[in-house]
Amino acid sequence: MFSWDLLANAVVAGMLLGGFYAAVSLGVSLTFGLLDIVNIAHPAFVILGAYAAYVMNSSYGLDPILTGVLFTPVFYGLGAGVYRIYYASFERRGEESLRGLVFFFGLLFIIEVALSLKYGVDYRMVDAAYIGRSIDLGGVGIAFRLLVPCVVGLLMTLTLHLFLSRTFYGRAVMGVSQDQVALRLMGANPVRIKTIAFGIGIAAASLAGALLITISPVVPSTDRDYIGRVFAITVLGGLGSIGGTLVASIILGVAESLMATFFGPSWSLAVSFGILLLALAVRPAGLFGR
Amino acid sequence: MKKIGALLVAVAVIGLAILLANFRVNPYAYFAGYVVLQYVVIATAWNMLGGYAGYVNFGTPAFFALGAYTAIFLIEAFKAPLPVLIVAGGLVSALLGLGIGYLTLRLKGVFFSIATFALSVVLQTLIINWDYVGGAKGFTLIRPPAPFFGNWGVLLFTVMVALAVVTVLVARSIERSWIGRGLAALRDNEEAAECMGVPTLRLKLFATTLSGFFLGVAGAPFPYYVTYVEPSSAFDLNYAVNALAMPMIGGTTTWLGPVIGAILLGTAQQIATVTISSELNLLIVGVVLVLFVVLAPEGLTGLARRLRGR
Amino acid sequence: MNRPWTWKLLSFTLVGAVAATLVLAGAGVFVARAADPIKIGLGMALTGGLSANGKPALMAIQIWKDDVNKKGGLLGRPVELISYDDQTNPATVPGIYTKLLEVDRVDFVVSGYGTNLIAPLMPIAMERRLTIMGILGLANNEKYKYPNYFQIQPSGPDPEANWATGFFEIAARQNPKPQTIALIGADAEYPRHAIAGARELVKKFGFRTVYDKSYPPSTVDYTPIARAIKAVNPDVVFVASYPPDSVGMVRAAHEIGLQPKIFGGGMVGLQFTTVMTSLGPMLNGIVNYDFWAPEQTMMFPGIKEFFAEYQKRAKEAGVDPLGYYLPPYAYSAVQILGLAIEGSKSLDQQKVADYIRSSEFSTIVGKVRFGANGEWARSRVLQVQYQGIKGIDVEQFRVPGKKVVLYPEEFKSGNVIYPYSAAQK
Repeated sequence: MFSWDLLANAVVAGMLLGGFYAAVSLGVSLTFGLLDIVNIAHPAFVILGAYAAYVMNSSYGLDPILTGVLFTPVFYGLGAGVYRIYYASFERRGEESLRGLVFFFGLLFIIEVALSLKYGVDYRMVDAAYIGRSIDLGGVGIAFRLLVPCVVGLLMTLTLHLFLSRTFYGRAVMGVSQDQVALRLMGANPVRIKTIAFGIGIAAASLAGALLITISPVVPSTDRDYIGRVFAITVLGGLGSIGGTLVASIILGVAESLMATFFGPSWSLAVSFGILLLALAVRPAGLFGR
Repeated sequence: MKKIGALLVAVAVIGLAILLANFRVNPYAYFAGYVVLQYVVIATAWNMLGGYAGYVNFGTPAFFALGAYTAIFLIEAFKAPLPVLIVAGGLVSALLGLGIGYLTLRLKGVFFSIATFALSVVLQTLIINWDYVGGAKGFTLIRPPAPFFGNWGVLLFTVMVALAVVTVLVARSIERSWIGRGLAALRDNEEAAECMGVPTLRLKLFATTLSGFFLGVAGAPFPYYVTYVEPSSAFDLNYAVNALAMPMIGGTTTWLGPVIGAILLGTAQQIATVTISSELNLLIVGVVLVLFVVLAPEGLTGLARRLRGR
Repeated sequence: MNRPWTWKLLSFTLVGAVAATLVLAGAGVFVARAADPIKIGLGMALTGGLSANGKPALMAIQIWKDDVNKKGGLLGRPVELISYDDQTNPATVPGIYTKLLEVDRVDFVVSGYGTNLIAPLMPIAMERRLTIMGILGLANNEKYKYPNYFQIQPSGPDPEANWATGFFEIAARQNPKPQTIALIGADAEYPRHAIAGARELVKKFGFRTVYDKSYPPSTVDYTPIARAIKAVNPDVVFVASYPPDSVGMVRAAHEIGLQPKIFGGGMVGLQFTTVMTSLGPMLNGIVNYDFWAPEQTMMFPGIKEFFAEYQKRAKEAGVDPLGYYLPPYAYSAVQILGLAIEGSKSLDQQKVADYIRSSEFSTIVGKVRFGANGEWARSRVLQVQYQGIKGIDVEQFRVPGKKVVLYPEEFKSGNVIYPYSAAQK
């Protein structure tokens, strides 16, 4: 059943999927990779973004990606607020590890259940001009439904990379992850920097959620499928490396796609996690980690 | 209280349960009680690693379900009796704990937590594809007539009482031993403990293995209780949330915390199942968990201690 | 442990918990009963994975209760319904039904929705020799062969295979007969059963399998699967899936231009209004199983009134607005129970069971007679084809002609458009 055509299609589809996975993982790469905050509630924020896109799409016919972009300030504020609570309750007291994790887990749960209560467990979808159409490039079919999120994901990655390397606040974020004391000495407030960074991470979730609901129908418990994927990507890519996140996302996307095409889709999810466990055992710093 | 005192209390509790069984209080109480006691075991087991050592296990469903599926395997293959199922379920989950511990405990704590979550997903996929134990279609157990009490509800309840008592006893004795002190040391500052000569890796592995054992023990009688086991409910995320919430609410530093948390939260959930909408009940668990973690990180036992001025 | 406060805390907690449970357990005794109603109890998936269908099902059962009470109740007594949320979690079932039977003291129980939720009820029912109506479960009684179980799902005597028999018959009838078939299903309970049944039918009808795989339900992207299937160029594609995967497969098939001669079979979810209005014209040509369609041949006595009432309530409650899938069957299940109670003039479990087993009932989903293992004596799983759907307006789905019944013969309301590609123009 092997054919080059099939292989090419599988690889391309996997890469497109990878671009999307990158969008979803960016926030975690920022907050966990750079700030060392294990925000496992990130996928829940992504789902929240997906529902925001759904509501805007079904009530006002707004394009989902437009909604995602429009809601970024809202989600930024939300992220900043969450971080403040986290900081006041845990970081200040120096008890991050256990309690912080549990805090985010509880947050994940609350978001998921609140969405179920408000919107029920019916699958929600959006309608946009590019869903359902595809183009053919030399034997390889590319669906817009996957292409557009991938492109947006790449743009997001690029923007974040530029932000971190070119702007003052961006470099401050990189600085905070390396040496807080030195940062303070240079006149920047680490808490403020972290608030900004966390806010950006959650703002990314807003857009990622819009992309998610473009690709496939969403239900409040969809976040659970992504918890593992997102952390697998972040760890595999290497903590602290945005570029690493992108590479890892594409690797995961291609791996899942190849698995689904040639060996049957049953094992693709488990294989992805197998990669994670293997990476943790063999090279925990990831591919591009510090 | 001396060791003998504790053992006497334990035996008395079990004896009381058996006596209760003979009086046949309303059968519903046995079913609800089974679930609450199951959570006492789960919460206490989780706390052996989470509370005593400070390593958060998000993969409780994996260990619990593995205990249940080990039991299913043995029922299918050998028609093994309940005590064998319980011990075997515990041992297999203990091995899983040892394995995952060995892979990740040399790294930062957060990697262990992520690995346990990933573990749940992988294990669930494996079970879904393993038709011998039912796979995605699920496994149906046709129960023979119950030995001893003639009624499975009562029998399982009594068994769970015994298991809960044993688990708590073990937790308590660890807490007071040098193992417990070592774990507390590494929970507070692993590097310092290592420098002081505490064998941190071995202690961590011990805690993971023991925690895994009792989680598996909690899961082993499950097929008998529910008679139909399928992967998505055996690996239910609620087990993970409750395993976190109950010790958090009760207090993680002592054996009493998980017990109180399990009884309170477990009973509340049972009552909510038959009164208000269950989704609101889930929301409340999440909110209570977050509130406790933020405002009362030491749980109810911590609060009580502070009220008493200690 | 010499600290007295810990003991106080512990004993306080224990006493509180025990007291609460006893109060709850005993509460039933102290509540005054008005006009001694007949009580029917059930657990239903109001939250969790199956709640999208569970909530409409409960609503349908409540409509029945109101209808019956308007006509004077059963045996002259009003009917009271007691329901709890089983959260789509089989582990809650033993507790819920024990409470219903021991504390609420219901006269009859009905099952929850779905194979997984009916399964744990079986031992309880068998131990107490209860008569239970099962609400859409597949092959629950296969192992037990319990005589007092009755299933409202119209799968018939061989549930696994009957699901897809119509689909295969339609395919085999075409000229020239299709040769090759691809089977694809989710890694979950119902799709596994359906694919197992399909494999038997492949042998029976003489097709050749060129693809037979499954996928995990959390798959995000179905294009690799659709591509792999297209690569082997099957004449027939049989899909057994749950709602999100059904949507994914249909979209992926369209995107890459997968066009076998017949496509569909066992896709759950295409029957839901939200999915129908979302996929719209992409549905055209798909031949799929169904239980009811708004065709002339399916207008049984009472069904129009039922939908009028259901759709009114559904709008307020925010559930499936059309309700063309599970609700009428949930209604018929309790309708049959009620007719049996009236017919046997008793509340005795065995008498009612015997009455059900030996009678033919006229319900809002037509004439129902039960056979071996409590399944329908004759299968009535429909095969429908979506035809002529334009746009995503929901109103078009209320009228006949969009979901044409192809099978079985006695309910046929139109002809199949074959091959699949012809229906998409």
